[in-house]
Amino acid sequence: MSTTEGLLGRARAAEPADTIAGVAPGQVVSPASTAETAEVLREASARGLTVVARGTGTKQTWGAPPSSVDLVVDTTRMAAVVEHAAGDLIVHAQAGITLAALQETVAPAGQRLALDPLCPGTLGGLIATAGSGPLRYSHGAVRDLLIGITLVRADGVVAKSGGKVVKNVAGYDLGKLLAGSWGSLGVITEATFRLHPLPATSRWVAAPVDGATDADALVQAVVHSQTVPSAVELDRPADDPATLAILVEGTEAGVAARVAALRDLLGGTPEVRDTPPGWWGRPPVGDTLLKLTHEIAGLPRLLDALDTATARHGGRAAVRGSAGVGILHATLPGDAEAVRAVVAELRTASAAWGGDVVVLDGPPEVDPWGPVRGLDLMRRVKDQFDPEHRLAPGRFVGGI
Amino acid sequence: MADIPALAARLRAALGADAVIDDHTQLRTYECDGLAHYKVTPALAVLAEDTRGVAEVVRACHETGVPFVARGSGTGLSGGALPRADGVLIVTSRMRNIVTMDPANQRAVVQPGVINLDVTRAATPLGYYYAPDPSSQQVCSIGGNLAENSGGAHCLKYGFTANHVTGVEWVAPDGEVIRLGGNAPDPTGYDLLGAIVGSEGTLGIATEVTVRLTRLPESVRTLLAAFGGTDEAGAAVSAIIGAGVVPAAVEMMDALAIEAAEAAVACGYPQGAGAVLIVELDGPAPEVERQFAEVEARCRANGAFEIRIAADDVERALFWKGRKSAFAAVGRISPDYIVQDGVIPRTSLPVVLRRISELSASGGVRVANVFHAGDGNLHPLVLFDDSVPGQAERAEEVSGAILDLCIEHGGSITGEHGVGSDKAKYMPRMFTDDDLDTMQMVRCAFDPHGLSNPGKIFPTPRLCGEVPGRRKGVHPVQEAGLAEAF
Repeated sequence: MSTTEGLLGRARAAEPADTIAGVAPGQVVSPASTAETAEVLREASARGLTVVARGTGTKQTWGAPPSSVDLVVDTTRMAAVVEHAAGDLIVHAQAGITLAALQETVAPAGQRLALDPLCPGTLGGLIATAGSGPLRYSHGAVRDLLIGITLVRADGVVAKSGGKVVKNVAGYDLGKLLAGSWGSLGVITEATFRLHPLPATSRWVAAPVDGATDADALVQAVVHSQTVPSAVELDRPADDPATLAILVEGTEAGVAARVAALRDLLGGTPEVRDTPPGWWGRPPVGDTLLKLTHEIAGLPRLLDALDTATARHGGRAAVRGSAGVGILHATLPGDAEAVRAVVAELRTASAAWGGDVVVLDGPPEVDPWGPVRGLDLMRRVKDQFDPEHRLAPGRFVGGI
Repeated sequence: MADIPALAARLRAALGADAVIDDHTQLRTYECDGLAHYKVTPALAVLAEDTRGVAEVVRACHETGVPFVARGSGTGLSGGALPRADGVLIVTSRMRNIVTMDPANQRAVVQPGVINLDVTRAATPLGYYYAPDPSSQQVCSIGGNLAENSGGAHCLKYGFTANHVTGVEWVAPDGEVIRLGGNAPDPTGYDLLGAIVGSEGTLGIATEVTVRLTRLPESVRTLLAAFGGTDEAGAAVSAIIGAGVVPAAVEMMDALAIEAAEAAVACGYPQGAGAVLIVELDGPAPEVERQFAEVEARCRANGAFEIRIAADDVERALFWKGRKSAFAAVGRISPDYIVQDGVIPRTSLPVVLRRISELSASGGVRVANVFHAGDGNLHPLVLFDDSVPGQAERAEEVSGAILDLCIEHGGSITGEHGVGSDKAKYMPRMFTDDDLDTMQMVRCAFDPHGLSNPGKIFPTPRLCGEVPGRRKGVHPVQEAGLAEAF
């Protein structure tokens, strides 16, 4: 017990900067390894402490605020790349490494982790929030590139699933369950990802869009074309007309031919750029941040519903996101009451575009998650992994 | 002991007389899946026609404590659909409707009994296809693919079933029907769909599956390259991947596998090849042209003595015929064989193949190698003659030693065939007790009574509510009154 107490004994008292979504933690501890994290969680378990894991803290205001935080487990001392097997196109790293640092490690081998989330922080935070960005269109989500995971359970037990090979169906895939679990099932300490080659050439083709119907027509034309884009992104600022920008990656000659095909497809005189537009891969700026999912062809219905709902409150939403995937992010005009009303209206209508309305970052009086299918089963999963509800309590769906 | 005749009567009343089979002779049709040396005759088989039917059966099993096993086309190679003698086999072969084809959303909704290739056949006129392509795709079902997270030759570029299923209608082990996901990405909450795909029937049964449709590529180019041996072919694969090319597929066969394929389907591979590679690229024509030249150059630079390029779909089909028929073809050169499925990091290929060759020599059984070389998924075929005393045992030993080799090199005991009945005993070699215990927490959440395909994947079932080794005192779940030990 002495070693364990030694580790928690090294915890420091929380400072105002450690506040998580308005909740002041008791202590902060910074374990350096999976084994140390396990010791910390065993001790926290023995003392019945509530625990929130934190990387660089870029998304700690997202989701619901935790109902209690006795202990912050700061993962940023776990920032090592354990193995980069360039020939196998995989990387195994500790969860506290930043995505940027990881990319710098693998880039000299001509490789990348093909994830470009909107608010990049650490790998652990990326997995816990299942963040995605423009490259989702071509390379999939965190769940699709994550091939192995190590987590520490609420009781301090270390568990792994997957491994370091891309093709692997031995046992349950806990990585998928942990991805997007918002710290509520375990503390992620290590992860292994599949890598992809860096493209030789990247080019962006950007065209103006005239309203929701036009956006839909252009997106449909692009996704059904043979140009095989890496990303299909829509940007519609609150006050300005919209732009559809398409990323094409590949060999120099191949990209040139595909860009030419896209210019024909989009009509008019689209802009061709060697660098991304300034807004590329960033969330729209505002006090609230919504994640709106839709079936691909549901795009115009979602945009219309959003405009109708926000117009009632005298404003217009800024919208940006992966229209070719079915994930948009939006900021809403108006006060907390307006946000609540717009979100409620969208949730009522969302069957029309087949998606969900999540308030990633917003006023505390708005339910971040909305209705959830399979919630009973999710509660049972939580009860298995964290029966005392000490990990990020209250942060996730249904009060999980 | 449950009253099986009463259960049969109940299910006949609910689903119709012709849906329930309890005649022993008829039941023997279902005694095994593609792993034919495991045989168990189920107590009952039920041919469900819809979600309601499956839910009726599962609810009845839940209420009477009878285990159930789902079965699609029965092509699985790990005994995942091996019945229980005391249980009900739920057969989905009557659930073969393609519910919707929706190219505007790039999705199709299908019933679980739909044959994999039929999804592609229905999507092709619309310019789409279903990407996961297990070698058995002409007969295997989407429900089975979902259970096993099936791969195929083209998953190197396009991913596995898990990457292509976006929604399910699901009958949970208590008979409750839930919908998870749909056409849109990222359904709110835990990724239960991610837990379900590849869970080998242990978390419930899919009764409707939403799958992603992939745009048919503009261009497909395929080459067949012959090498002196597997070392050169392996070096060529490394060079291709190292050049930043992500082929749609890279397949390798060694001399013995080639011999078998020639005997079975006369695929006409180059004479004297110690190894052949099939490399396929697909995508936009201008990209494929550039990269194909790269692939060809890397093959030549690494000792390919003959390269054939498929001129059309017919020639391409011929290249693939040898590869896709390889498992069955081995039957032409050996009376009995074991199909193994293991994974290694691709760069370990040369050393692992040498070790397999040594194991084959010392064990006195021949091993033919067929594999998805791009992702290190080996399919060694261990040949033996069951009529020779001791050979079957030696073949088993060699086959098991190959799995140890995979684990030793940081790989996996299965890349696509699943753990099933066959490999549960190997799971502790790859995972710790804590790993397995944690995985089974998911099972306890879905199926606390352990009725859905029990005995598969995990060597030792976790009693839900059981006190794990390192705990002191009562399990908190029990303490909180949320579950009881049983």
